[in-house]
Amino acid sequence: MITTAYSIISTIGILLAAVTIAAGNIWIERRLLALWQDRYGPNRAGPFGLLQVVADMIKIFTKEDWIPPFADKTVFVIAPGIIMVTVLMSFVVVPVAPGIGVVDMNIGLLFFLAMSSMGAYSLVLGAWASNNKYSLLGGMRGAAQMISYEVFLGLSLLGVVALSGTFNLREIVEAQRGMWNVIPQFVGFIVFLIAGVAESHRLPLDIPEAESELIAGFHSEYSGMKFGMFFVGEYLGVTLISAMITTLFFGGWLGPVLPPVVWFLIKTFAFIIFFVLLRASLPRPRYDQLLSYGWKVMLPLALLNLVVTGGIMLAVS
Amino acid sequence: MLSWLRSIWIVFTHMFRKRETVQYPEEKPYLAPRYRGRIILSRDPDGGERCVACYLCAVACPVDCISLQATEDEQGRRYPEFFRINFSRCIYCGLCEEACPTYAIQLTPDFEMGEYDRTNLVYEKENLLISGEGKYPGYHYYKVAGLSIGGKDKGEAENEEEPIDVHSLIP
Repeated sequence: MITTAYSIISTIGILLAAVTIAAGNIWIERRLLALWQDRYGPNRAGPFGLLQVVADMIKIFTKEDWIPPFADKTVFVIAPGIIMVTVLMSFVVVPVAPGIGVVDMNIGLLFFLAMSSMGAYSLVLGAWASNNKYSLLGGMRGAAQMISYEVFLGLSLLGVVALSGTFNLREIVEAQRGMWNVIPQFVGFIVFLIAGVAESHRLPLDIPEAESELIAGFHSEYSGMKFGMFFVGEYLGVTLISAMITTLFFGGWLGPVLPPVVWFLIKTFAFIIFFVLLRASLPRPRYDQLLSYGWKVMLPLALLNLVVTGGIMLAVS
Repeated sequence: MLSWLRSIWIVFTHMFRKRETVQYPEEKPYLAPRYRGRIILSRDPDGGERCVACYLCAVACPVDCISLQATEDEQGRRYPEFFRINFSRCIYCGLCEEACPTYAIQLTPDFEMGEYDRTNLVYEKENLLISGEGKYPGYHYYKVAGLSIGGKDKGEAENEEEPIDVHSLIP
C-alpha cells in the first residue's frame, strides 16, 4: 500500500517537475540568449521576468487553435501528442536520486533510446498531415536526421555500457563512483552530445524547423496549444538529453556535501545552459553537410571509440 | 572544429559586456534637439499666436493630417479659426515646419503620445498651442513683415524703410 502510494507520488512528482522545468526552459533560454546578445531579455513580468512563462502560457492557451481544412485531421491532432508522450515516457527511466525515480528498469538505456527514436514519428506525421510543402520538407529532413543520428546516439553509449557492464541506469551511475565516465569515454561524450543536439532538433541542428528556410518546417501549420505541445516537447527533449548526459557521463546524482537531488539538478541545468549557448553561438549547417558529417565523421568516431574501449578493456582484464 | 569552440567562447564572454538595451520607462533615451516628435504651435514674444493661417503646412503635409480655417481679427491680423492635427495620420516628416513662413508650427522632441482611444489623437488648437516661443525666441512675424495691420502701418516694421511715394518724381 505504502509502496503503491509512494510510486504514484513520485510518478506525479517527476511528471510535474519535468513539465515545469521544460516550461521554465523557455524563460531560461530567452534570458540567456539575451545575456549572450548584450540584451536583458524578458525582465518585466514578475521578479526577473519569471512570470513571463505564465504570460506565455495564458497567451498560447487562449490563442485560436486552428486546423487547416486541407489537413488530415486525425493525424494532425495526434502528432503533437506523440512527441510529448514519448519524451515523458523516457523520463520514466531517468534516475534522479537514490529512491527517486519512476521505475528501475534493467534495460533502462534501451528504453530511453527506443522512446527518443519514437519522437521522429511526431515530426513526420505532423508534417505529412499538414499537407504543406514546407512542412513535408521539414518532416523528411527530420526523418533523415533522426535516422542518421540515432545510429551513433546508441553507438556512443556502448562504451559506457561496456565499462559499467549494465543497461540499468542506476547501476551505471553507481559504477561511476570512482571516476566519471566522461574521462575514459570523452569521445563517446562528445559524440553523444552532438547526437543529442540533433535528437532534440535544437539549434544549430534544427534542420527540420529551420525558420529561415522552411518557415518553422514541420510545425508551420500548427497554432495554439498544438504548437505549444511541439514547443514544450522540444524543451522536454532538451531536459531529457541533459539529464541523460548527466546520468551517463557525469555521475548522475553523485557529488560531495550537497544532497543527491541537488547535484543531479545542478549538472542537468549546466547542460541545459550549454544547449542554449550552442544555440546562441553556432550557425545552422546545410542539410547535406549535416548528413555527410553524421555518416562520415561521427559514425566512424563512435565505432572507433567502441573498438578502442573494448580493446583496452580486454587488454586490462 | 576549433573555430566552433572559439565562437562558443566568444559568445560566452558577451555575458560580461555592457548591455545595449535602454530600459525605457525608467531610463529615457537621448533625443536630439532636432528630433521630430509631437507638433506644437508657438507664440510670439507678446503672447499672440504666430500662425497666420496661410495653409502652407496643410498643403505641404503628405498625409493631409492638418486642417485649419483662416479668419481675420478686427486689426487685420490673420489667424486660424480652428487648427486641427490628426496624429493618428501624422508621419512626423517635418515638412509642415519647413513650409511654415512664421516659425509657428514646430516639431518637438516628445513622442509619448499613446492613447487608448483613437479619437483622442486628434489635437485641436488649444491642445497644440504652447505658451512659449519654441525654437526661435524673439521672432515676431508682424514686427518684421511689411504688412500693414491695425496699430502698425507700412514702413514701421523693424529695418523697414519708409514706403516710396510713387507719385513723386523726386528720388
